Amino acid sequence: MTAPPALEVERLCAWYGAAQILYDVTFTVGRGEVVTLMGHNGAGKSTTMKAIMGLLPRRSGVVRLYGRDLSARKPFQIARLGVGFTPEDRRIFSDLTVLENLDVARQPPRLFDDGTPAPAWTPDALFRLFPNLAEMRHRPGGRMSGGEQQMLTIARTLMGNPLIVLLDEPSEGIAPVIVDEIANTILELKKQGLSILLSEQNVGFAELVSDRVYMLQKGQIRWSGPMPELAANAEVQSSYLTG
Amino acid sequence: MHLEGLVFQALDGLASASGLFFVAAGLSLIFGVTRIVNIAHGSFYMLGAYIAVTLATAIGGAVGFWGGILATAVIVGIVGALIEIVLLRRIYVAPELFQLLATFALVLVISDATLWLWGPEDLFGPRAPGLRGAVEILGRRLPTYDAFLIAIGPVVLCLLHLALSRTRFGRLIRAATEDREMVGALGVNQSVLFTAVFALGAALAGFGGALQAAREPANLGMDLTAISDAFVVVVVGGMGSIAGSYVAAVLIAEVKAVCIGIGLVQFAGLSFNFSKLTLVAEFLVMAIVLVVRPRGLMGRQQVAIRSVAEPDAPIRPATKTAALFGVAVLVVLAALPLLARSSPYTLVLGVDVLIAVLFAASLHFIMGPGGMHSFGHAAYFGLGAYGAALAVQWFAAPMGVALVAAPLLAAAGALLFGYFAVRLSGVYLAMLTLAFAQIVWSIVFQWQEITGGSNGVLGIWPTPPFDKLSAYFLLTLVLVACGVLLLRRMLFAPFGYAMRAGRDSPLRAEAIGIDVKRIHWLGFAIAGAMCGVAGGLFAFAKGSISPETISIGRSIDGLVMVLLGGIQTLSGPIVGASVFAVLQDYVMRETPYWHALLGGIILVLVLAFPGGLAGGALDLARRLRRP
Amino acid sequence: MSTLTVHSLSKSFGAVRAVDDLSFSLAEGEFLALIGPNGAGKSTCFNIINGQLTPDDGEVRFGGNIISRLPPRDICRRGIARTFQIAATFGSMTVAENVQMALIAHARQTYRFWHPAASYHRALALDLLRQVGMEAAADRPCRELAYGDVKRVELAIALASDPKLLLMDEPTAGMAPRERNELITLVKALVVERGICVLFTEHSMDVVFTFADRIIVMARGRLIADGDANSIRSNALVRQVYLGTRAATGRMEPIA
Repeated sequence: MTAPPALEVERLCAWYGAAQILYDVTFTVGRGEVVTLMGHNGAGKSTTMKAIMGLLPRRSGVVRLYGRDLSARKPFQIARLGVGFTPEDRRIFSDLTVLENLDVARQPPRLFDDGTPAPAWTPDALFRLFPNLAEMRHRPGGRMSGGEQQMLTIARTLMGNPLIVLLDEPSEGIAPVIVDEIANTILELKKQGLSILLSEQNVGFAELVSDRVYMLQKGQIRWSGPMPELAANAEVQSSYLTG
Repeated sequence: MHLEGLVFQALDGLASASGLFFVAAGLSLIFGVTRIVNIAHGSFYMLGAYIAVTLATAIGGAVGFWGGILATAVIVGIVGALIEIVLLRRIYVAPELFQLLATFALVLVISDATLWLWGPEDLFGPRAPGLRGAVEILGRRLPTYDAFLIAIGPVVLCLLHLALSRTRFGRLIRAATEDREMVGALGVNQSVLFTAVFALGAALAGFGGALQAAREPANLGMDLTAISDAFVVVVVGGMGSIAGSYVAAVLIAEVKAVCIGIGLVQFAGLSFNFSKLTLVAEFLVMAIVLVVRPRGLMGRQQVAIRSVAEPDAPIRPATKTAALFGVAVLVVLAALPLLARSSPYTLVLGVDVLIAVLFAASLHFIMGPGGMHSFGHAAYFGLGAYGAALAVQWFAAPMGVALVAAPLLAAAGALLFGYFAVRLSGVYLAMLTLAFAQIVWSIVFQWQEITGGSNGVLGIWPTPPFDKLSAYFLLTLVLVACGVLLLRRMLFAPFGYAMRAGRDSPLRAEAIGIDVKRIHWLGFAIAGAMCGVAGGLFAFAKGSISPETISIGRSIDGLVMVLLGGIQTLSGPIVGASVFAVLQDYVMRETPYWHALLGGIILVLVLAFPGGLAGGALDLARRLRRP
Repeated sequence: MSTLTVHSLSKSFGAVRAVDDLSFSLAEGEFLALIGPNGAGKSTCFNIINGQLTPDDGEVRFGGNIISRLPPRDICRRGIARTFQIAATFGSMTVAENVQMALIAHARQTYRFWHPAASYHRALALDLLRQVGMEAAADRPCRELAYGDVKRVELAIALASDPKLLLMDEPTAGMAPRERNELITLVKALVVERGICVLFTEHSMDVVFTFADRIIVMARGRLIADGDANSIRSNALVRQVYLGTRAATGRMEPIA
């Protein structure tokens, strides 16, 4: 029997109030793999992540983390099993300093399903990964720029020592220089064996980091394939991304 | 007036500020994390006083007193935790109005439980062992215990501050205050955090009550006094700011103390007693702060107020059948004096029901279409009743004039209070209106020369031909029917639409040129005037009026009537008020614990239909339709 | 001649300068797009023009008069209507009543207490709804409409106050590509017919480059470019902060 993938999502449906947003979304993310959900605003990328995280009042379908069912669990339990969530709007605690933000997310170290230890993070290790955060460790989150907040929110997620990170539109509204840095970070995390589920509208950015792509439109997966295949396929790009 | 006297009063003010601060700080902490305004927080304060006195008397000595105070904090904290686990946990997702109502139901239940456990008499506690003496300050003797109270406020403030900034628990509280969902997504168990915060807040209130027990007797009125004072403190200091709570508590206690300190002043041949001004002063402080800094002295931006469920359905004029039915009901009511000749009590009850209908309809006017959840509608009922009664008492006004004075005084009060209330929304508005109602109640209670104080005004009887019950019933029927129809007419007119527009989307309403605040202010005043008519009718129906009849309980009766009938329908308050008034009439005769029973009913309703009654009915219908 | 003039406008939130010494103007009948990355200050700029926010510094003139620091309702009465990023309508009213409410407010008939609001300006409301293609839904509750339709109703509401300038904050956010073009085509036709000028923000570059007469670009609170579609497309700074290098080279440069 083969080992289960890091994340398995099966026939995921989700609703906001009476409106159904996701329709039978099914995909997997392997260990150490970077998978990108692409599509327009409103295609369902963020909703998929929130549904995985248990943050929606109504959802159906199955979500498994290394074979463990997450479907009926609460967000804090899902986080404690090793899913890290970096929301699109960053949601930094603006009153708390950088260090305090990191402290809130602190979790005990964790093992992969094969018993090998997952990367365990400390504030110091994170400051090496994001050197400019180190310079502002006592600054309140509310007094940081968008790019700095984006780094802090990734760092905060890593404090939970996750096995997989859900990164919702990390490049949105961020200066290109910082976008490069975030791309580097993603590749670094991948190297350490973490899985990453990314949502992105920017093909250029996705191309730098992703292994595979699922294309969402109106809450359904319409296309999937390896990243290079999408990069070469102008037709898919134009029908789901531009305009 | 001597400076020493003022300073001395100021110290006294600082001592009473501490107790107020504990309640307000607990309230603020709990609201920050759970987004629930715990109206029962004053009840925890009251419980604290009763438990501390009981422990101090039962154990005795320094251990009983000082140990008792700490034990009280723990016990009240545990009570708070239990309440959170059993009740509040189930309603975190309920509409805000229901949360407020549920915690108010707790007030009723705890109040009657206290009555049952400790009886109606005030409970005097022992004086603090070791601190019985007094320290001499500026030639006067300040009780040592007061000095201790002055010190403990800042001490607890510092401890809280340290706990919030230096411990992980504190950081989690601060983080959850900003974004509790994100805290959960980072792996923090919110349920445990919420229970812990609620217990901490309750313990603070209990601690405050316990400390106060050595200064004033524990009594059954402490809960509402404490909570309305705490609301004022929180609104002034800024919701969510612990330091703001302390500053506001001190400010308000000081202003009161200084008013007492100034005392009787002779000016230009007139003498004026400032100590009567204490309540007005509190109101003035709040008014000034709200105008200058709507978020309170140290408050942040008001947290987004969660919308209450789905928007209402569009309102439609009555169908022919419904209009016919309405006419039929009116005809039957008009014939009631003939039909019920053998049982005059039917007419007495009929008058009560009709007054309740107008009261509820006027509250619904601002609550439903206006979206302003007033928790102090009794104020306008009271102003109406006293307006009529005082017109008779002091100006020997005939009934007709008195019944005009009633809505005028009520509208004046509503204009004054509404001016501030419409600047806030959601829970802030609820807190403010409740505090206003408590202020009206206190003024009536304290201004003995004019209002008769706790005795009220007696001998307000209708003039002929309305001295006959049947005639008075018909007068009530005509006024109530006209009032209700007028309110309804206004809701269908552009004014009512503008009120709803301001509720549905203030942004959009302003962007098309509607002055939302002014519209809501006017709506508030109209509702106040209509409520005043109900109050005036009430005064003449009973022949007397006392502060008891306009207490906060009546505000809540109104809320229950409106919710019982369904806030989203125009006929709801009529049905709700009728059912409620009849029910109250029967149950009150059976048990002295009517409030607890009412509280129990509210809790059951809220737990059974956390989505609101209307939502509950819809759910039920949906379930029934399914095979 | 310019209708709207924004002159060295600044607004800070705490330490963040959301709008920083911003100046631009809008000519009569112009269809002007304001673009830039999220957080560039576009919405803040809108909210100042609309009166929801007061600027720290600078002023907004409309038809020669200073309008900054007026409340939104007064600005509306001077002829500036707006639509919101998240469409704002009155959910508890029918579609027609939504438009009637705007017509009532525009005619200063809000403080009327007797005749039913439903009898005011009904024909005019239906006519506006017909123009935005929503006449058939006139008597449906607004809360039941699909989002794209709500946006059309919002447009009718905005037009009801007979504006000279229409502000549209991301008018096509959350819409499918085909719907987007339809909506903007409709807007363009309606405003040209009435001689209304439009200032809009938009993330869909197709819409911007196809419809805008002129484009201004904001980044970090400042104006960084002003010109027609071609000059903006080829502006190096705009490509760097907003359009991305991909727009020029076809792909992003690989990084080390």
